[in-house]
Parts: sequence; C-alpha cells; structure tokens
Amino acid sequence: MLRTFIKGGIHIPENKITAGAPIVDVPAPREVVVTFSQHIGAIAVCCVKVGDQVKRGQLIAKANGVVSANVHTPISGKVKSIGKWKTAFGYPCDTVTIVASDEDVAFDAEYQPEARTDEEVAALTPDEIKDIVAEAGVVGLGGAAFPTKVKLTPPADSHAEVLIINGAECEPYLTNDHALMLACADEIIEGVQYIMRATGVKKAIIGIENNKKDAISILKRKLKGNKSIKVQSLLTKYPQGGEKQLIKAITGKEVPVGGLPISVGVIVQNVATAYAIYRAVRLREPLISRIITVTGKSVANPGNFRVYIGTQLKKVIEAAGGIPEDTGKIIIGGPMMGRAIVSVDTPTIKGVSGILFINETESRRVEEEPCIRCGACVRDCPMGLEPYLLMPLTENNELEQLEEHGVRNCIECGCCAYVCPSHRPLLDFIRLGKTKVNEMIRKKR
Amino acid sequence: MINKRLVVSGSPHIHASDSVSRRMWGVVIALMPAVAYSVYLFGLGALVVLLTSVIGCVVVEYLIQRFMIGGKMTIGNGSAVITGLLLAMNLPSNLPIWIILIGCIVAIGLGKYAFGGLGQNIFNPAILGRVFLLISFPQQMTSWPLPMVNRTCYLDATTGATYLSKMKMNAMSAVDTSTGATVVDNSTGASVVNAMSESALDSLNWVDAFIGNMGGSLGEVSAIALILGGVFMLCRGIISWHIPVSIIGTVMLIAWAAGVDPVMSVLSGGVMLGAIFMATDYVTSPMTRRGMVMYGMMIGIITMVIRLWGAYPEGVSFAILIMNGFTPLINKFVRPRKFGERRIN
Amino acid sequence: MDLVVLSIIILGGIGIVSALMLFLTAKKFAVKENPKIAEIEELLPGANCGGCGRSGCHDFAVACACAKSLEGLHCPSSSAETMARIASIVGLAKVAPTTPKVAVLHCNGTCANRPKKSDYDGPKSCHIEHSLYLGARGCAYGCLGGGDCVSACKFGAMVLNPIKGIVEIDDEKCVGCGACVEMCPRKLIELRNKGPRGMRVYVACANKDKGALAMKECSVSCIGCGKCVKECPHGAITLDDNLAYIDYAKCKLCKKCVPVCPRNAIIAVNFPVKKTTIVENKEQ
Repeated sequence: MLRTFIKGGIHIPENKITAGAPIVDVPAPREVVVTFSQHIGAIAVCCVKVGDQVKRGQLIAKANGVVSANVHTPISGKVKSIGKWKTAFGYPCDTVTIVASDEDVAFDAEYQPEARTDEEVAALTPDEIKDIVAEAGVVGLGGAAFPTKVKLTPPADSHAEVLIINGAECEPYLTNDHALMLACADEIIEGVQYIMRATGVKKAIIGIENNKKDAISILKRKLKGNKSIKVQSLLTKYPQGGEKQLIKAITGKEVPVGGLPISVGVIVQNVATAYAIYRAVRLREPLISRIITVTGKSVANPGNFRVYIGTQLKKVIEAAGGIPEDTGKIIIGGPMMGRAIVSVDTPTIKGVSGILFINETESRRVEEEPCIRCGACVRDCPMGLEPYLLMPLTENNELEQLEEHGVRNCIECGCCAYVCPSHRPLLDFIRLGKTKVNEMIRKKR
Repeated sequence: MINKRLVVSGSPHIHASDSVSRRMWGVVIALMPAVAYSVYLFGLGALVVLLTSVIGCVVVEYLIQRFMIGGKMTIGNGSAVITGLLLAMNLPSNLPIWIILIGCIVAIGLGKYAFGGLGQNIFNPAILGRVFLLISFPQQMTSWPLPMVNRTCYLDATTGATYLSKMKMNAMSAVDTSTGATVVDNSTGASVVNAMSESALDSLNWVDAFIGNMGGSLGEVSAIALILGGVFMLCRGIISWHIPVSIIGTVMLIAWAAGVDPVMSVLSGGVMLGAIFMATDYVTSPMTRRGMVMYGMMIGIITMVIRLWGAYPEGVSFAILIMNGFTPLINKFVRPRKFGERRIN
Repeated sequence: MDLVVLSIIILGGIGIVSALMLFLTAKKFAVKENPKIAEIEELLPGANCGGCGRSGCHDFAVACACAKSLEGLHCPSSSAETMARIASIVGLAKVAPTTPKVAVLHCNGTCANRPKKSDYDGPKSCHIEHSLYLGARGCAYGCLGGGDCVSACKFGAMVLNPIKGIVEIDDEKCVGCGACVEMCPRKLIELRNKGPRGMRVYVACANKDKGALAMKECSVSCIGCGKCVKECPHGAITLDDNLAYIDYAKCKLCKKCVPVCPRNAIIAVNFPVKKTTIVENKEQ
C-alpha cells in the first residue's frame, strides 16, 4: 500500500534525468580545500599546522562542542595553507588547503584501512558505535548536515521506538540517494542495523517514493525475511522527504509544533547517512566522500558522482561535461530547497547533494503580481500555514503576529512560492520573517 | 569556464506553469458555453449586452489605470473581461446600453478600484454592479425577454416572468397584503401580467430548466452550459468543488424542507451562475476549504431566506454580496490547522 | 401621522439613551493622564523613529513627564530649544545638549568602484539578499543597495542613488536617530559626530578581508595597510581585522590620513573646497 502525508504538498515534474545512472568515481584531486564549517553548529577547530604531513582520513579539525562535527582530510598530502576561502555564496570561511605529492597519490591508491571483522563489529556497544560515528564526522547527508551523533543520542527522558530511513528523495532532479540505494543496498542495510543498535530501536522502516521502483524492489529483496527492517513505498509527493512529513506518512503520527521527531518516538536518518555510518563502523573510514548528482537539462553527461569532500566544484562539474552554455543559474541541492551559488571555484562540502544547472530562460523570475487570494498557498502548505498572510506581515515587521501565525513552523519547502499564480516571492519573505522572529525571541530571553 | 553573470535568487528555483492571466482566461473560456447559449437564446439583445458590458469594463479599467492610478497596465490579465462577462451574465438581454455602462463603472470603479484594484476588493465587482443596477433600475432589471421568440429584437423585446417571480407572486398573493403586492410590482415589474403565459411557466419541467429553455438573465438560464464551464474549471484546477457544492446542496436542502421543488430551486434563477462563477471569485471568497464550505452554506441559506420570505424573488446576488463582507471574518477565524497542532475549534 | 410621531419618539429615544450611555461610560472609564504628557508630545516630531531609545514619541513623553531628571532623555530629532521647552514643562533642569550625530555609510562601493558580478533576482531587500549570498556586486561586507535603511528612515534622509547603487545620506535631513543603523544587515551605518559645519573624516569601507582579497573586490576597499594609522598624529586611527577605523572622538579633522590612503578609502566631507585632492575624493 502506498502511503503519504495528508496535509498540503504538491506534485512537481520530477525531471530525474539521472535516475538509474550508475555512480561514477571522480578521482581524488591533487589539491583539496577542506572547510571547517560543513555542518550545522559550531565551527570545528583546526588541529593541524601549515607544513604538516597528513594521511587520508586523518582528523584535521576537531568538533567544537556537542553540536559540531569532526573534519578529516580526504587525501594524503602536505598542509599548504590555513586561511579564508570564499564559499559558493561568496562569504569567507575558514579552510585548510592540502596538496598531494606523487608519493601521496601512490599511497592513497594503495591505502585501505583495515575493516572491522564481524566479531569486532558484534562486540561494539551502542556507545562505542555512537563514538565511532562522531569520530568519523558523520553528519546528515540529506542536505541540512546536522551532526548525526546528536540525532543518535536522544534526551534521556525520551524513548525511541522506530527508526525511519529517509529514501524519499522528493526533490526533483536529484538522484544521489536513488543511485546509492541501487548500488549499495547491502551496505545501507548494514548501516541501518548499526543505527538500530546504537539507539536501541527494534524497528526500522525505509521510506522510498514509488518513483524509485527499482530501489524499492532491490531493498525488499535484500530484506526478505528480515523482521525488524521494512521497506515502505510512498506516493510521490513533495515534500515527502521533510522529516515531519515522512514521519506522518509512515507512522501516521504528527510531530507536535516546535517538537523533535523523538517526541513521537521516531529517529529519522537519511539513506546516505546510513551508508556513511556503515563505512565508518565497518571500514573505519571517516566521512570523506559523498554522492553528488550533477544534472540539468543541458548538461552534457549528467550523472551521479562519488566525490571527495574538498574537491573543487568545477572539477565535479567537469566530470559531467562542464558548465552548459545556456546556464543562467547554478544551484547546490535541488530546485526547491537548494541555494543558488555565484562561484564554482569553491570546495565541495558534506551537505552538497547535487549541482543543478538551470538554463537562462528558466532561471529568471516572472514579475510578481498582486495577490488574488486564490488560496493555493494555504491549500498546498504542508505545515498548515498561511503564506499569503505571512509575507505582508514580514514586510510590515509585525513580528508578534508572525510568531502567532506560526512562521517558525515553516520548513522552507517552497510549495507556496512554487504554486503562487501571482509569482509572489512568498518564501523569501517568510524566511526573512522566520529569522527576524527567532532574533526577537533570542533578544527577549 | 563561465564568463557571464549568474542569476541568484532564493529557493524555490522552479515554478508551476501557472499565472494570474492563465487562470483568468481559463474562467473566460469556462464562461463561453453559457455565453454562446445566451446568444443562441436571446439573439441580438444578448450580443449587445455582452459586448457593451465587456468593452465597458475593460475601458473603465483602462481609464482608471491610465489617469487615476498609473503604474503598469494589467488589462491583459483578463480580470476586467471576466467582470464584464459576469456582469452581462446577470443582466436581461433588453437592458439599455446606458444602464449597462453605469453597471460597468460601478463594478470596476466602485467595486474594484475604490478598494485598491485586483486582489484588494471586498465585494465581487460584477455582483456589486448587478445589485446596484437592480436597486436603481428595478423595472428594467427584472423584465426578462422571452426566449427564442424575439431573437432579432433588442430593446423592444417582449418580456415575461421567470419561474421565481411567479413563485413569489403566488406566495405573496397567498399572504394577500397590500404592501406585499406593491413590493412585487416594484421589483418584478408590471410586465409580469402580460408576460409569458402562466400556463407556460407551470408546464416548465426539469429538462427545460436544465437545458435552459426559459427566460431570465443572460447567464442564468442554462444550467448545463454553466456546469460544463464549472467542470472545465475544476479540471484545470481553477476552482475547487467546495463552494459550488455547498451552495447548491444547501439550497436544495432548504427548498426541500420548505416544500419547494428542490431541483427547480437550483435550476432556476442565479443559483448555478452564482455558485459556479460568482461565489468562487478568488478575491472575495475564503482561503481555506473549511471556510469555503461555511461560506457556501451561508450563501445557500441567505439565498433561500430571501427567496422564501424576502421582498425580492431572487436572492443569490444579495447572499453572495453579504457573504463577501463576511469573508475577511471567515479568514480570520477559520484557519488551517497547523501541522502538529491539536485542533482547538 | 401617528406612525410618524411614533417613529420620531422611538428613534429619538434610542438616540438619547445611547448618548447617555456613551457619556456615562466615557466618564466612568476615563483614563487620567498627566496633562504634561500631551503637552510634551505636541513638541516632539511624532515620527516614532526610536532614536531616543523608547518605542515612540508617546513613550518618550511619558518618560519625560515621570522622570526625576532629564539625564539620558534626549530626542535626537528635536532641537536644543525644544528640549529646553520640554525641560521647562516638567520643571527640571535642562541637560546640556549632546553633540549632534549623523549617520555615515562605511562603504563607497559604487557601481563604478565595484562592478556587478552576478544578477540578484529577488525582492528588493538587503536582508533577503544578504541571507542568500554576498550580493550582486561582490564584496561580502559592502552596501547591497537594497534600500532597507531608506524605508527605515522616517525623515527622508537616506536616498538610494540609482547610478551609484549605494545609499547616500542627506546631512541636512539626518537627525541621527539611528533607525538605519539597526536596520542594515551588514552594520555598515554608524552614528558619528556631525563635526563643526558637518566636517568629518571617516573610512568608507567595512571589508575585513586580507589585503589581497579586499583589493580584488572593490577599487576603494581598505586593505589594512596601516599607513593611515602611522600618519595620524592624534592616535585616532586603529586597525582591526584588516580594517582601519577612525575614532571620531579623537579625530581632530586634520585630514592627514586622506592623501596617504593608497585606496582612497578615507573620505573627508564638508570641508571648504581648497585642495583639489579632496574634491577628487568626494567625487569617487
């Protein structure tokens, strides 16, 4: 039976050009730039010096506090410099640049850390698994890059019952999770089992939208006879991959306003995160690579690529045939929630799930018209908000009212702006309103 | 590498292929069966009324935008055309041009631009225009030419009563008070007497009413043409079913309870036109589905209250106008339930 | 006839009763307010700019009326004379007027100095553009030209120059309320002493990048070379995070720093036109 969430949501042309495309390895570059802030939370603290020789997978920046993540070097080499580098959005961030010599390249080609044996893995306690995950710098790979250890460690007074593995991949164009599920189903399942052991959850459900029938059937076949892990096919509907929507779709439970999934006994992890956990636990490999979809209607060789974190975006793009001539906009992530970038001379970070090229005609916004109160935004908002109201409230700086109308519940899925027949920049303003309200609440405290 | 300037904007970076003008012209297309049928039924008169009303509304909108407001012209989005069409749909086919033009000025000027233009108006402009004319020119507004027989006449068409005015007459004569009779005369016009023969009205059956073989305002005669347009709009996602269904359902329910023919109550008068095209106007109807149902039910109730006990034979326009006024209130109190929130009301 | 009389009696009666009720409730629930408050409010500009630190002119008037001393209560938008009159109303000693302040924009990244590098295609709002990326014209610190401060200014002192693409501040109109300072997402606006005849010297840049990076962004960026720091005889200039800052309290308006800046990032305004170098600087 197909399940989905009830409230709001839209069906968007999927445009999954790269669906079913195999994962292609992008060779490790000779020079990487690794950013210290690749996750939500405090910036990691650098723990190498210029001139240091580092080995692949070595820690180069330590997590700073609980909500933070370790950063490792994806290649062996010499630390060339430590300093500011511009992110894809143009703001400076702290980075370390590592350059590999010929010996380093040769070393990397041979190097493979010794995998844990079955006995070793079986002997791991839940806390040990969590520590391995934290050590490996694993963060949520769905896009938000929230440190995974925090999510695996629910507060003491809560009780996790179900683990939901997010394979919905509801964003149009993106197929990185799809490709991973096709190629590494066994590894994902093993990763899921580690998460279950770490959190003490007895039941896991992998939610996949039914536009990925091949992935569903592969996982179902592999999980035949497995009582604790199930695959749930979901009706294709955006934003099914949103944490709260996915929980609603699979368990029928609604996460209360302002609450976390754990308040309904659920932990949600992305399939790619489960895979990263597998690599960390089994292969002793920290998070130094990820799958990135490079796609767009005019891209020469769109596909799914395994990329070392720290590789320049332009290198990844070159692997897909370079920037198409008619590009108007380059987006990191999907078209609904991704962010437009201004520079491709910038390193890949853990949260990059895709690089999308939009051609010139489609990248311009249509001129906005007055709101005709058609109610499309209210109908399609998966969080039950009233975007048509939130936008003028933000413009007029009515922060108290904004809060009252639940602006902080907005998950920024973009449904409202997508459907608005008047092309109003609803989400731009709601996002601003959200920031302003959060600021106001912080000030009050 | 890339040497041109990249575009940057906030997410989402794609948009549904939808726009205000696409929706508005969709409504215009949906009105076409009813328009065509009215021209077939009333001939020349219908054509004159339709053209005057549409051109009048567009010209008034143009003049206001050009000389009073300034800014970008928005004639192209078709909202003035819809207002014109809907206004014409609510008029009898023998209405003099100057009255129609007054209606256009009231609809666009008072109904729409006095409130700040598209999206700001509280009342449906077309209904406002229609009701203004109905109150100002009751005689002309309620003498409906007979269908088919005078397709080549315009102002000199022979007129007759409608099913509803006859119903009202019967009801009033039963009450038999002098005041009641006066009101009927004022509102429906003296021509009732020498109108469509009483027997013809008595023999009016459901099929005739459904197809629209009867007198009335241009757009309200043929239920089938209106439903056709409604289905088109539903399929294109321009309207949702909530408002039309709740209006029609409520009207039928109350009619049945009051002992009036429920099917004829819906098929005659402006219920179909109002439910499908007028009450579903975006700007003046509630935003949430629950609000829409409430709004529709209230329109149904008010319509039937006016029909059964009011002075006017028909009350759809008034009902919609009244509920238009309540729409902001409905929007304020009937809110969507937030995700993860217990329902309070 | 009866009908008419009856109608008049009934309607008139309702009218009288209602009026009576209104009168009584107004009497009973009347809020007693210090009459001085209204008197003070009359004198205030009524723009609710928030420059006094209160949430509006009424709030300020209440504060004045209840205050034991006018120390710290100052309306930046009113003249010293007005403040003196307020002092006489509340019967307190008037406080010496504070030095008048004026808003100054620490950016000179005009379209000429900092050409457009990308197309921002969204609502015209600095906050939104700032949250998305560094802005259409490069520099991650510079003025976005979205006009958030223009809409925040109640006195019409901020003007968005469409040719330059940055905001300009009208000295005459600016009352130094600081509404724009709060508004700017990049904190580019500072309230500085207006100076004698409006003369002032300041660094028109906020770029904290290292010299090489800053140089790429904009042709008039401060690269943190420190020449001005060495030049200043009064120790008014400090260098922090690759950015020079002139302390207006210490600055004696000698303008020695202006010509030494290799990037023309230091601006001197409202000086009598004598030296050609200043004119050039002003034009940039």
